[in-house]
Amino acid sequence: MFDWLHQIPILSIVCYVPLAGALAVILFYKRDDGERIRRFATWVALLDFLISVPMWWAFQREGALFQFRESAAWIDAIGVRYEFGVDGIALLLVLLTTLLGFIAFLSSWSAIRVREKEYYVFMLLLQTGMLGVFMAMDFFLFYVFWEVMLVPMYFLIGIWGGPRRLYAAIKFFLYTLVGSVLMLLGILALYFYNAGGLLGWEGLGNERTFFIPQFHDIAAQIPPDLQFWVFVVFFVGFAIKVPMFPFHTWLPDAHVEAPTAGSVILAGVLLKMGTYGFVRFSLPILPEATWRLLPYLAMISIVGIVYGALVAMAQKDMKKLVAYSSVSHLGFVMLGMFALNPAGISGSVLQMVNHGLSTGALFLLVGMIYERRHTRMIAEYGGISAEMPVFATIFLIITMSSIGLPALNGFVGEFTILVGAFNRVWWWALVGALGIVLGAAYMLWMYQRVFFGPLENPENKGLVDLNARELVCLLPIVFLCFWIGLYPRPVFRVLERPVNYVVSKVDPSSAQAVAERGGAARPAGELAGE
Amino acid sequence: MLDLLWLVALLPFLGAALGAVLGPRVDKRWTTAVALGAPGLSLLLALGCIFEYVRNVSPEPFQSVCYTWSAAGFDGYMAHEGGYQRFFVYMNLFMGSMLLLVLGSNYLVTFVGWEGVGLCSYLLIGFYYEEKFPPYAGRKAFIVNRIGDFAFLVGLFALVSRFGTLDYRTIFSAVAASPEAMGEPYLLGMSFAGFVGLCLFIGAMGKSAQIPLYVWLPDAMAGPTPVSALIHAATMVTAGVYMVVRSNAIYQLAEGVSGLVAIVGALTAIFAATIGLAQTDIKKVLAYSTVSQLGYMFLAAGLGAYSAAIFHLGTHAFFKALLFLGSGSVIHAMGGEQDLTKMGGLKERLPSTYRTMLIGTLAISGVPLLSGFFSKDQILAAAWGGSKPLWVVGWLTAGLTACYMTRLLLLTFHGEFRGSEEQREHLHESPPVMTWPLWVLATGAVVAGYVGIPRLGQFDIHVFDRFLSPVLLEVGHHGEAHHASVAVELALMAASVAIAAAGIWLAWKIYGAARGLEGGRGWAERYPAVHRALVNKYWVDEAYDATVVRGTWASARGLYRFDAGVIDGLVNGFRHVTVGTSMLSGFFDKYVVDGLVNLVGWLTQAGSRVFRRLQTGLVSQYAMVVVAGMLVLVFFVVLFR
Repeated sequence: MFDWLHQIPILSIVCYVPLAGALAVILFYKRDDGERIRRFATWVALLDFLISVPMWWAFQREGALFQFRESAAWIDAIGVRYEFGVDGIALLLVLLTTLLGFIAFLSSWSAIRVREKEYYVFMLLLQTGMLGVFMAMDFFLFYVFWEVMLVPMYFLIGIWGGPRRLYAAIKFFLYTLVGSVLMLLGILALYFYNAGGLLGWEGLGNERTFFIPQFHDIAAQIPPDLQFWVFVVFFVGFAIKVPMFPFHTWLPDAHVEAPTAGSVILAGVLLKMGTYGFVRFSLPILPEATWRLLPYLAMISIVGIVYGALVAMAQKDMKKLVAYSSVSHLGFVMLGMFALNPAGISGSVLQMVNHGLSTGALFLLVGMIYERRHTRMIAEYGGISAEMPVFATIFLIITMSSIGLPALNGFVGEFTILVGAFNRVWWWALVGALGIVLGAAYMLWMYQRVFFGPLENPENKGLVDLNARELVCLLPIVFLCFWIGLYPRPVFRVLERPVNYVVSKVDPSSAQAVAERGGAARPAGELAGE
Repeated sequence: MLDLLWLVALLPFLGAALGAVLGPRVDKRWTTAVALGAPGLSLLLALGCIFEYVRNVSPEPFQSVCYTWSAAGFDGYMAHEGGYQRFFVYMNLFMGSMLLLVLGSNYLVTFVGWEGVGLCSYLLIGFYYEEKFPPYAGRKAFIVNRIGDFAFLVGLFALVSRFGTLDYRTIFSAVAASPEAMGEPYLLGMSFAGFVGLCLFIGAMGKSAQIPLYVWLPDAMAGPTPVSALIHAATMVTAGVYMVVRSNAIYQLAEGVSGLVAIVGALTAIFAATIGLAQTDIKKVLAYSTVSQLGYMFLAAGLGAYSAAIFHLGTHAFFKALLFLGSGSVIHAMGGEQDLTKMGGLKERLPSTYRTMLIGTLAISGVPLLSGFFSKDQILAAAWGGSKPLWVVGWLTAGLTACYMTRLLLLTFHGEFRGSEEQREHLHESPPVMTWPLWVLATGAVVAGYVGIPRLGQFDIHVFDRFLSPVLLEVGHHGEAHHASVAVELALMAASVAIAAAGIWLAWKIYGAARGLEGGRGWAERYPAVHRALVNKYWVDEAYDATVVRGTWASARGLYRFDAGVIDGLVNGFRHVTVGTSMLSGFFDKYVVDGLVNLVGWLTQAGSRVFRRLQTGLVSQYAMVVVAGMLVLVFFVVLFR
């Protein structure tokens, strides 16, 4: 039905609609026209989401690895091209971005009341930057988008943030910048190696290009020591973004200070860029180095799971608790990825989406209660379930999704990841699964302290339950949580090809075994689909 | 009809969803209709399935049977909590999950149901969420269960990685096909069957409240009484037993772990029974009793007497649900009072409750011809055949059971009333809607045992065994082959009747007639240490609190301090170093680099200040200097020629 999407530059359209919206806001709206700007920007985001959704059906599960390709010359002198395209992994993340983008806009209506014009311009720019990162198939283009989205986020935290916003914004910016500069070094090393000599290495003498699949193809030819160094600089860049233990301390500060929409985008999408970097670049381009460092990588992932969960338990601020829970959840994502088998990686990608949904929703929920009471301290609450039953119910569903209750999305991801990890090194799964116990402990403890017990604080009396706009923000997420939890098969289906591709690059021997067994590797997710 | 089995599980979920959507605004009658209608339809369907199953034995045996006890009970009791939309939504959700658990044809679906009932248990224990304790108890239940689930999951990972599937039939036939492969060393020095068996059993420990994970169940009594009766006595807590029995193909190949199951079961049985002797909260006594009876079931399962385990599970569901609902009726009559020391002499005022609870007490105590007698006898017979020390433990527990249950009955219904005047005024028999379920259950508690009348010589009418036999694969060398001779079997029966009688007699001796609490006090004074240990439940909760809970909490806080101090400290330290370096280089720049520049400037200035003197602008002075210079020049030329 939507096959004609392959005929038009659909990716560019999705990517630049927000940019066009931002320009329109700059040109046609006055500074003090907040009401109309916010409506317009939200419509733009909704439009962008609606344009992006048909790609889900148009995407051919059995077709080419990268689809909706766009290709044009850009900077010929150094071989930079404008290359767009998505595989199943990127497609999921693009859809997640447009959905969360729209929700973030809608959630800002009541929260942002100053300098609205700049706010929505930055949000729209951010949207374009994030989408571009997932669509770019040229390293240079990727890097451009990567840096583009950094700037609006800096201003979002720095201008509309909480009391320590400047500290948090600068910390976020510098931290990420260090990572991206290192990443650029890695990109250039690969570029020069591919094109000809680099330092002591002889190089391959191919045509100068930044085209990403080209680097996938030469993966086996890159010498181990070069792989190692490139892996290390990539690792720092991506690990900061994820964030992996011990590079995570910018995250709680950024989350606590950022406005709600900023936190939603940050947790939902920005963190995924790090994990996306691993699955798109580190693993398939640098397989040797991946194997060499694997024990350490898995170790810090596992430490991240347990450490994040324990630190989350000690938090008194809801937002900070959710931020640390992110560290734990992203530890799961990374553990699955380093299982280097189809189950682990497909679970890992699915968990990226799951984390975007459930943690995004948690930040929304915390933001909603914050708008009513202007505090995020857990101790200020208690017993508000009686005042806000709908809010309490949705919060409970999302909590359960976050702690991996079966029939909700989190379980499918965690289960698949741990199966993958168990198949690689059994005790990885054993220690990782501790995170499930601890997750229940800190989330339910928070839930109990906020929602249950006697309503003792008089300020909580008469809290108003969710309004229609807030429900529109939350219900799509709740719906997706159930959908992925009950019937994850379509998602695994989309992931099957790209995940097998990554596995075939990073672990050719197992991919061969799979091919001999006849056909594609079966992600363990199918178990959950039954 | 069996094709519609999936609908059996789906209907309650639909009921829950509908109830949740309708919300509290609609008329109570609608809520009730939905809440009772969905499981009602489900029950009819299930009965149809069972009917069909019995007629032509199909390969889905176990599922339906477990179904009966879970569904049959529900309809009646739910009515009397009446009207609470939330309650009914949770209950429907629970039923759906429970059905998923037992009807699932693979471990994953079972696990989904397993966690689903856990969630409902959490919600229903914390049903009175405006109080302090119930939400705490709910959370405790969930987290303790999670510890078990953690192991359960690890077991599932092992199964997936070995078989690539979690389907029961595939796994069990693969296990049966190659018993040797299952015995090969796998992980941690255990065989594959041993590892998986241990993991699944730890999972079962959580759900079925076995040592060391039993601590949540007594606290779970904070929930409404029908919830205690159904979820925390009859249905959910037996899921662990169900799961172990379901996995019997694996356990048959894991002798060591099976032994562990039996030992843990036996220890839990006697441990909980002793605690039950000294509790004064009527529901707590019953809770510890449940823990103890679940121990019996594991004892049987560990010894390979799987059908005995399920048989006891079934009979226990009847008499324990009966006892809980009876206690609910008592608490209702006492205006919410649960303390046995405030009761006494209620039998005249609550005749129906008294009579039905008497039946329940006799049944659980193992009085001949009632259901508990038959099922307990099977377990003890299996223990006699399997291990004599375990039989002794089980046998002693039977006596303790009779003793604490009689104590409960005597303290509640006999002797003098010890409550306040207000409570005395309030005393009344519960309405029929609460008493008729009691009678239904009492009937069950009497007759349920007859499906499993023991084999005596030629009279083998083990309906129940045959019903279950397709599930109980004969794997490996040993099965349920402990067929004692008729004489031994009769002797064992006599022994269990004797110990039950002894238990009842002892309780009567202490608490009987008008003695009431006085008798108990005398014993407490005679053995103060024992009494204190029992009343305080051996301080297990306190021990956990001091170690696990505090340990986790302390490490959480410690790590947070580490995070803020060391890791973030390093980051901030890096910032300070950077700022410091930049200040230093600023200093360097200002005083050294710029200083050099300024030095050049200063030198130039200073030089010019000196040479400026020469520039006076007076021609005569210039002429004089020129002349002087020339004279010097001439002088040097002359001198050095």
